[in-house]
Amino acid sequence: MKVVDIYRAIADSTRRTILDELCEQNDQTLFEICARLTNNHGLGLSRQAVSQHLETLESAGLVKSRKEGRFKFHQIDSTPLDEITARWPADASRSSPDASRTTKRASTETEEQS
Amino acid sequence: MKINWTSIFVTDQQKALDFYTDKLGFVLKHDIDMGGPRWLTVVSSEEPDGVEIVLEPNSHPAVVPFTEALVADGIPMNQFAVDDVEAEYERLSSLGVTFTQEPTTMGPITTAVLDDTVGNLIQLVHQDEGAQG
Repeated sequence: MKVVDIYRAIADSTRRTILDELCEQNDQTLFEICARLTNNHGLGLSRQAVSQHLETLESAGLVKSRKEGRFKFHQIDSTPLDEITARWPADASRSSPDASRTTKRASTETEEQS
Repeated sequence: MKINWTSIFVTDQQKALDFYTDKLGFVLKHDIDMGGPRWLTVVSSEEPDGVEIVLEPNSHPAVVPFTEALVADGIPMNQFAVDDVEAEYERLSSLGVTFTQEPTTMGPITTAVLDDTVGNLIQLVHQDEGAQG
């Protein structure tokens, strides 16, 4: 399976809604996810379409699935999203635009280029 | 034309009868020896003259892959109406019944999905008070 990056995975509103619903209730079957999309969001997608969205989310590491006996359950794993705050930390925007910030930013850019 | 019977494929007829009567609370209606498989039906205790569920052996080779695929994705083939899904969930859980979906309110309905132990998932449904159609 092609590995999908997190930005592409969360660029789609249906996939963000799936993550919302998995936050609400973890460990859902495909059936429950479909029912929630239909009943809570008016998204009447086919099971196949939802299945493909789940594959994309799994490929990005944002959803994990687990076989338990004869059933398959899906869970959210938001760990890959840490990359976003690590890359654009909140304290960078909070600190005042003084000389130290400029220096810090300049050094980060240098690191990325190397 | 009337709907008098509907079938559920089961992996084991005796185990199915035990589950549908002892756990779900349906009552035995017909148990006819057919020289191997039985013609076995249950009805709701609330509607003894209502629709009968035929607990049908799953012996046809197409049935097992079909039911297993549905179960893996959590899809219930049959639904039963109850007064209160939450109360049934508590009652059945205490009897050791496994749920693949806990009671969940979605719009005007509340549903839960349980494992009938003989190859199928069953959805319990009630419509919330005051909800329209």
